Amino acid sequence: MSGGTRLENANPLIFQRSGERHVAATDEDEDVADPFDDREIFDLIRTINDPEHPLSLEELNVVEQMRVIVNDQESAVSVEFTPTIPHCSMATLIGLSIKVKLLRSLPDRFKIDVHITPGTHASEDAVNKQLADKERVAAALENSQLLEVVNQCLSSRMM
Amino acid sequence: MMINFTSSSAKRLERMRTVQCEALCRMAADSSVLLGLVEEFVSGQVDSKSTETAAGVKAGQFTVLQLVEALGLSLTSSQPQTRARGVQLLSQVLLECFSSLSENEVEVLIAFYENRLKDHYVITPHVLQGFKALTKCSVLPPGSAVSILRSIFQDVHVQSLMLAERSCVYNILINLMESREQELKGLGADFVFGFVQSVDGERDPRNLLLAFQVARNIVNKGYDLGKFVEELFEVTSCYFPIDFSPPPNDPLGITHEDLVLCLRAVLTGTPRFSEFLLPLIIEKLDSDVQSAKVDSLQTLAACRQTYSHKEFAEFLPGLWSSIRREVFETASERVESAGLSALGTITSCLSRSVLDSDSEDALQVFLNLVLKDCQHHLCEPDLKLVWPSAKLLQAANGASYRASLIVTSAVIPALLEQYNNRTECAERRTLLEVIQGFVLPTPLSRPAEGEESVFVPFQQSLASVVFSALSESSVGLQVTATRVLAALGQQAGLFTSPDVEKAVDHLTRLSLEEEDSQLSLAVEECSGSLAHLHPKAFISRMIPRLKEEIFSDPATVSERLSQYNGAVRQRCVMVLASVSSQASVVTESAPVLLQVVASAHEGSSGFSVEEVISVCISLEKIAQHTRDTEEIGQFFNDIIIPRLFGLVLKAVLLSDRSPLTDEAVLSAIVPVISTACAGLKTELASHMASQAVNLFLNGDVSFLPENDFPSQIQLLQSHAESRGPSKLVCLLMACVCSFPRNVDIPEIDRLLVQLEELSCTSPHVFAYTFAAKCFAGLVNKRAAGKALDAVLERVLKRISVELENVSSTQRTQAFTLLLWVAKALLLRYHPLSTVLTDKLFALLSDPELGSKVADGFCVLMSDSPDVLNRNCHADVRIMYRQRFFAENSSKLVHGFNSEEQEKKSCYLKALSHIVNNLPRQVQLTELPALLPLLLEALSCPDQEVQLSTLSCLQPVLLDPPAALNNQLEALFTRLLALTTSPAMKVKIASIRCVHALSHLPEHMVLPFRARVLKALALPLDDIKRLVRKEAVSARAEWFLLGSPGGR
Repeated sequence: MSGGTRLENANPLIFQRSGERHVAATDEDEDVADPFDDREIFDLIRTINDPEHPLSLEELNVVEQMRVIVNDQESAVSVEFTPTIPHCSMATLIGLSIKVKLLRSLPDRFKIDVHITPGTHASEDAVNKQLADKERVAAALENSQLLEVVNQCLSSRMM
Repeated sequence: MMINFTSSSAKRLERMRTVQCEALCRMAADSSVLLGLVEEFVSGQVDSKSTETAAGVKAGQFTVLQLVEALGLSLTSSQPQTRARGVQLLSQVLLECFSSLSENEVEVLIAFYENRLKDHYVITPHVLQGFKALTKCSVLPPGSAVSILRSIFQDVHVQSLMLAERSCVYNILINLMESREQELKGLGADFVFGFVQSVDGERDPRNLLLAFQVARNIVNKGYDLGKFVEELFEVTSCYFPIDFSPPPNDPLGITHEDLVLCLRAVLTGTPRFSEFLLPLIIEKLDSDVQSAKVDSLQTLAACRQTYSHKEFAEFLPGLWSSIRREVFETASERVESAGLSALGTITSCLSRSVLDSDSEDALQVFLNLVLKDCQHHLCEPDLKLVWPSAKLLQAANGASYRASLIVTSAVIPALLEQYNNRTECAERRTLLEVIQGFVLPTPLSRPAEGEESVFVPFQQSLASVVFSALSESSVGLQVTATRVLAALGQQAGLFTSPDVEKAVDHLTRLSLEEEDSQLSLAVEECSGSLAHLHPKAFISRMIPRLKEEIFSDPATVSERLSQYNGAVRQRCVMVLASVSSQASVVTESAPVLLQVVASAHEGSSGFSVEEVISVCISLEKIAQHTRDTEEIGQFFNDIIIPRLFGLVLKAVLLSDRSPLTDEAVLSAIVPVISTACAGLKTELASHMASQAVNLFLNGDVSFLPENDFPSQIQLLQSHAESRGPSKLVCLLMACVCSFPRNVDIPEIDRLLVQLEELSCTSPHVFAYTFAAKCFAGLVNKRAAGKALDAVLERVLKRISVELENVSSTQRTQAFTLLLWVAKALLLRYHPLSTVLTDKLFALLSDPELGSKVADGFCVLMSDSPDVLNRNCHADVRIMYRQRFFAENSSKLVHGFNSEEQEKKSCYLKALSHIVNNLPRQVQLTELPALLPLLLEALSCPDQEVQLSTLSCLQPVLLDPPAALNNQLEALFTRLLALTTSPAMKVKIASIRCVHALSHLPEHMVLPFRARVLKALALPLDDIKRLVRKEAVSARAEWFLLGSPGGR
């Protein structure tokens, strides 16, 4: 981040982080199967870093647990995300990061759908279309500069 | 006579002549030797001759003067190469013999060398070497330092020399600055100018370190910079910020950090650089390179010692806006913390300014700037910038007392007002957290003697905000409020006694009513710190209330709080322990806890076994204070320990159903007694020791309260029925094994005999284990000598007999005693310990005991919590584990290799227990030898062995030794196979190891990336969520490996 360039949204609203998931007694029991649930998927994406701020997508309220829906039997996941401002130029990048994170973290059987919360972004349709297009996602990840930014969003902060 | 005389004198003359002749001959020989050496060096180009010459000079075979004479021809040769060679020889000899030179010689040599500087350029390097040698001389004549430097500055263009010669010049400067500081200062600014000229353009990191060292000396030791301030700054600051990455393999041993620190010391060494440095910092802060920003900010922070308000004056707005921008916008914690400490530096330098009547206070002006930019963000507690603003203000606030006066007087009222205007808990919590950051003074801003806390003006309103927050329903808010309360309570004069009482009431209420574990912890901490300062309020208001709650009838409570009764009691007990750090509180709180134990025994108030155990944990916490407070020790000695003994004895002897006879409860009472006894002073300890021994050996119950025991009690007899008094041996152990080593245990030999008997014959695990531990604890502390040897001989014989008798029913007992005695001796490096541990190794192949023995190695190598540890003053030598490992690892490996397949797992288990307990440093050095065995253990079907090996491997893999390189293939194969193990724990542990491997250097693990990613895809769909979680985080790291922006 250069000293000269200004952030699009320098002082965004901050939301509380949810704590670590409580480990229930059944979680320790070998014989009980734990199905994938909304919270588990939310835990996968809530810690993704925002490309601009030293904050997670959860703290910026870009992702919320109520906007995550998973159906374990039908192997389907749907995630809606909400850009902080309607003209956010990072929306595609954030969507891509969420998509990549889920692709890396979920078994093959899942169909993953990532899109913008309806009515929260100026070019909602265009972004959704890009995110839904498998080939465009694959092509984007071939681009090493783009992959670099995505990886930075997905790596645990060390600095 | 005459003739005789003449003849003898003639003889003497003759002899003298021969001596002279020999000397002459030798001199001639020496000089021809010297000439030979010179010849070979100069014309023959044999470099080694210089050392021989130097050795000759050192040995006194020839002098430096003779050397110069011998060099005569070469030095006057018409060939510059020959002259250079001559000078080189001289310089190399001087470098070795400079310490034996006389002042006259040095003077002559200097004159010679100065003259040679004007000669051909090929000679210059050798002249510089000569100067370097001479500047190390202690007899350097006055004036020569100046003249050497003048000629170097005048005749040599340093930057056109080679690397080594430039280094030589810097070394000459360093030597002279060390020994001839006054003379050099006489040179005035010429010296600085000469240095600037010679260093201008230097590029080699080694030389730069030297040059920075010279520059630092110049600015620190007060050399006259004259009009060359800017030049000196320019010639050093051109390297700022340092951009240096050491070449591969690091042949120079110089790090980026070395250069940065060295340069920073130069740049911040004098306030005279400030007019150049501060604009430079402002400029570099605009850089895109993060390390440049951090370096700039840290350099700014390093000015704290040298700068005053004058230096900063004209740059304040620029500096502030740069710092603010960095802290507001950065995503990096390093930049943020460097920015905050830079702000702290500026503020504390400004605070040192002396106020005068006609000018503005620079500190006030600057802080107004900071407040103007930051304060309004504090009014938006739900936006991002509230935190960076708060941190900036807190950094300024913590820089000095004066600064904190100004900042708090502006910020605190505004924050308090905001707090009262806001209604949402999350916002209030943020505001209170911000306040918390202001409340604790730093070492710099602490009020001095006679000054009062900066919060005194807001004391009332702060207290009311804290109390109102404590009564809110949000846990987060309450936790923060408790922390603020603890911070305020620690500062003198902030709380009046009604405030303290109110605070205690709030804390009491919170401990009774609030369920949240985080809050309970905060309440405990806060109560603990306040109770230390205000014990009276806690004694009068909190303890009675908690006591009432603990003993309230479960029936009535259950109406009020339904199922939480147990939890409330539990919290009360914990809080009681945390407030008990002063003797006056302990005498009130500990009896309450004792009363719980008593009523549990009587069966009233319905205390469960778990509750009694948590009471014991609290008592143990209180017992830790016996160490530092003698009154508390006395109290435990007089009241608590006898009461506990009495209660347990009564329970064991008289009633069968008392919860106190439960083994879990007894094991919880052990640490109470042991901690208390370990802290007793010698006199009390001896007294307690004789009471305890008397009780167990002779049935003397006189020291116990409520003395209504049967007259003939024998506590150390083995009984067939399980509730026999023999289990009380654990209390005996807690007591007699914990005293300091100088406390004598009376009748120790009789005691040992009885303990041995009990441990070998008792049928109950609890009794014979504690008897063995008690025996071991006493043996460990017993002074070496005949008595100890006799005891050991007897017990060893008995153990051997029992163990050899395969049909005996008491082999397990004998093994347990063997294990603990082995541990006792191993810890103190007793010579017999090897005999015992060898027996243990032999037992590993025992069909009946093998598995127990393998687990026994865990006992042997880990710290036992209740006996034989440093807290109970046991004789524990340092590094006994390493020693044991070094002596025995080969036995294990050998045993493993020679054993049949079915029995191998015992060896592997033993090995993994031993390696697991070794310090990491030793693990790393030993791993190469053990790795094949550990890999073997990973493929051993026993899940316990797998788990134990994985847990031992994982920390090693975080920082792996080189030996791993050749084994990676085998390691990956086995680890990845275990990720699909049927056992959840094995899966988790193996995935963690795979995760750890992703941190290895990229070139080592990149070849495995595809394989790992594929293998980890399976556990992503595991039925257990905990396994999936590990797989997700490990796979994420492996995806980042070798990918741009990853790692």
